[in-house]
Amino acid sequence: MSDLLLEVKNLKVHFDTENGRVTAVDDVSFSVKQGETVGVVGESGCGKSVTAESILRLLDEKHTNYEGNIFFQEKDILRFRYSELQKLRGNDISMIFQDPMSSLNPVYTVGNQIVEALLLHQNLTKKEAEEKAVDMLRLTGIPLPEKRVNEYPHELSGGMRQRVMIAMALSCKPKLLIADEPTTALDVTIQSQILDLIKDLKDEFNMGTIMITHDLGVVAEVCTKVVVMYLGQVIEEASVESIFSSPLHPYTQGLLKSIPHIEGPRDEKLYVIEGKVPTLNQIPPGCRFAPRCEFATNLCKTEKPQLDSYENDRKVRCWHFKEIQEKGGVMNGIRNESDKVTS
Amino acid sequence: MKGYILRRLLSLIPVLFVVAVVVFLLMHITPGDPAAVILGPEASPNEIAELREALGLNRPVTEQFVSWFGGVLQGDLGNSIFMKQPVLQAFFEHLGPTLSLAIMAQILAIVVAIPLGILAAKFRGSILDQTFMGISLLGISVPSFLLGLFLILLVGVELKWLPVAGYKPLNDGLWNHIKYLILPAIALGSMQAALIARMTRSSMLDVLNANYIKTARSKGVKESLIVIKHTLRNAFIPILTIIGHTFGTLVAGAAVVETVFNIPGIGQLIINSVERRDFAVIQGSVLLIAVSYVLINLVIDLLYGVIDPRVRLGRK
Amino acid sequence: MQNLITTEQLNSIKSEMKKKHRDLLVKRFFSNKLALFGSILMTVIVLLAIISPFFTSFTPYELDPVKRLQPPGAEHFFGTDNYGRDLFSRIVNGARVSLIIGFAVAIITSILGMIIGLYSAYYKKLDGVLMRISDGLMAFPAILLAIAIMASLGPRLENVIIALVIVFTPSVARTVRSAALVVKEQTYVEALKAQGASASRIIWLNIATNVLSPLIVQATFIFADSIIIEAALSFLGAGIPAPDPSWGNLLYDGKTVIFNAWWMTLFPGIAIMLSVFGLNLFGDGLRDLLDPHTNKAKK
Repeated sequence: MSDLLLEVKNLKVHFDTENGRVTAVDDVSFSVKQGETVGVVGESGCGKSVTAESILRLLDEKHTNYEGNIFFQEKDILRFRYSELQKLRGNDISMIFQDPMSSLNPVYTVGNQIVEALLLHQNLTKKEAEEKAVDMLRLTGIPLPEKRVNEYPHELSGGMRQRVMIAMALSCKPKLLIADEPTTALDVTIQSQILDLIKDLKDEFNMGTIMITHDLGVVAEVCTKVVVMYLGQVIEEASVESIFSSPLHPYTQGLLKSIPHIEGPRDEKLYVIEGKVPTLNQIPPGCRFAPRCEFATNLCKTEKPQLDSYENDRKVRCWHFKEIQEKGGVMNGIRNESDKVTS
Repeated sequence: MKGYILRRLLSLIPVLFVVAVVVFLLMHITPGDPAAVILGPEASPNEIAELREALGLNRPVTEQFVSWFGGVLQGDLGNSIFMKQPVLQAFFEHLGPTLSLAIMAQILAIVVAIPLGILAAKFRGSILDQTFMGISLLGISVPSFLLGLFLILLVGVELKWLPVAGYKPLNDGLWNHIKYLILPAIALGSMQAALIARMTRSSMLDVLNANYIKTARSKGVKESLIVIKHTLRNAFIPILTIIGHTFGTLVAGAAVVETVFNIPGIGQLIINSVERRDFAVIQGSVLLIAVSYVLINLVIDLLYGVIDPRVRLGRK
Repeated sequence: MQNLITTEQLNSIKSEMKKKHRDLLVKRFFSNKLALFGSILMTVIVLLAIISPFFTSFTPYELDPVKRLQPPGAEHFFGTDNYGRDLFSRIVNGARVSLIIGFAVAIITSILGMIIGLYSAYYKKLDGVLMRISDGLMAFPAILLAIAIMASLGPRLENVIIALVIVFTPSVARTVRSAALVVKEQTYVEALKAQGASASRIIWLNIATNVLSPLIVQATFIFADSIIIEAALSFLGAGIPAPDPSWGNLLYDGKTVIFNAWWMTLFPGIAIMLSVFGLNLFGDGLRDLLDPHTNKAKK
């Protein structure tokens, strides 16, 4: 299984806050193969960013506790010393973030910031690194890269900044790319350009990719496998086709149903999942989604369901998913996968 | 960058003009007759009339202003009545000690405050941090002349470590020179140190939480480099603001601290002139200090342009 | 279409919400320990200043050359000064002077600063002129300007107040102006203008109320700064004239005998420190309460 790049196994992340210990990620497991693009989907606060940042341990070291394992190329990087981890960062594993304006240092040129990544991990002279930086900018589709390389982040447009972030992240040819909501802060037209860029580059570099997003449209565009998270746990995992054609968990079904569609009756009310996401210190007993689920039974309210396997490569955390499927689920009126989802 | 410099220089002109007007008005808001006040209650009406003529006080106010201002632009700030020398000369003779004192106090403040602020930010929430916040709050509450008096009580009277009065110029040797300035510099610089330290701490905390620091970490940059290269330059901007804004207070505080420690600087010059009603000196000194304050602020603004490219190039 | 609720009902809901808001602010203020400590300190000092003259056995002017320069003891709590005057009563009376001056300056600069700041924010043409003038005034370090003004006007309590008002009003005006500009840009002011509300109405009823928070915070700090500058002025002989007691005067007297009579420096000094410290804490607490977005460092 040597093309298994990353394996997150039973990851738990605890924060020490003023209100005591909060568990933001509770027993999350998934894997990423080389060339695979795994989407991690969920609402704000479900723990997807925390999971992503845990891989490179970017969270506050003093107030964060981890349990479980994160295997990267079969080594448990969660147990790495901080200095060993620093060697991986930007090198074998890279990350790009949501808001490129605030994610780039305003007082250094974009070239300087790319060169920094290169000089850290590769044996290049300063001149070679500078040339490589220009190449990377060209690769990410920035016109006139020789000029741009000496500009400051605030002089570039939002889309270009994100391209710079991507150039910086890919400069050392990482094996794994973690993208945390890379298009959320961008205009809609730019969003699709950036997604196309990510798609092309991940194929060209043959990277494994983790795409964190709350936007199902992005998932449909880019991902091969989908992991759905709710309140710190994985509640469903499946291939992207399966997720869209036959989602098993009521929450996933609700998410898909909430997407308004262009065709269909005009006076149909928009679907909204009832209730709201509880805070992390008010986690419901039993199934975490039970308070909002229209199929919840007493069992759901008292006993916690496990993440069970289904068919070949599907997983779902629900007591009654089979019966729900038979009943047609929440998805009365679901469209099929061939109708592209508009974001 | 050049455009920025030019713009800042141009904006100075109205400010400097207002400064000149204010200084001029200051001397003319005396209730009663300035000449009579200068000469004192024993002067005869003739003497008063003579002085009025000599000072040009019988001319219309605008004419007085124009001639005074014209003189200023040529470097003539009038003459001191009591010291029998041009104001400008008296000012520069007294400038040395004040400069030494102010510079020493400023260096002391920066050297102590910034590292402490950085440490407090790094160890946020710890006992070190809380002690730091407490002491710095206290530091803001003790005016420099009071601290000077307390230091004299403590160090001079009780411990007898350092001299508490007087001054030795640089010619007498560096250590001698500094010895007499240590206590005054500590007294003068403490309030500013407290302000700088607090601002350093809060600015570092703001920057350390910024997204681009997370990005730098994700590239594998070492922690020490994160602090020095990525954080400090961004954090320094508000710190520089505070240093700039409080430098004027430092210089002004020097006036009072000099009186406490008997240092013959500008402060003493002004205070003595106030006692003797030597208006020309007061006017000239205040004008010069205000102008230097404005120029120092200009230098600080220009420094911003160097540190922060967003200022230099204009925001998009 | 019928009105859903009556005007009376609307008004009573409004006043109930205001009351709840106020209660919340009070509750939050008291939970801030530092601010609480500051207010207690200030209250104690103010009470002492008001009540003590009735309790002290000596007046601040009573000379007693026989008993000069006595250290603190049973008869004179804080000792006597170089004329034999009771230091305790002089300090307490000095407190009255400092507090009166601080309070007067804070109030007057707030009123003047508010008028100037509001009208500057509202009328662009006025803004240019007024802001140039206040920039000019702010180009002078506070204490120097105060000294120069006092040199012209002569040492008297009223003149100290005038001098400090001139020194501090520009910065208050700037604060008010910034806050007012923020409010002015908000759409509801546009709406009011479109409805034909007069300028005065917009300025005073709407913008002014929003400007109050930073104003009050700054007034507290100006109170503290006034105490400091008045003490410095009196220390230099350019403030409250002798023999009137002022903390600054006491420090001046104390300096001449500092090697023999430490109490003459220590007690007035501590008095100044405690008042300023209390006010600063109070101001910090107020700022955390009303204006949580501003910087953590003062000013």
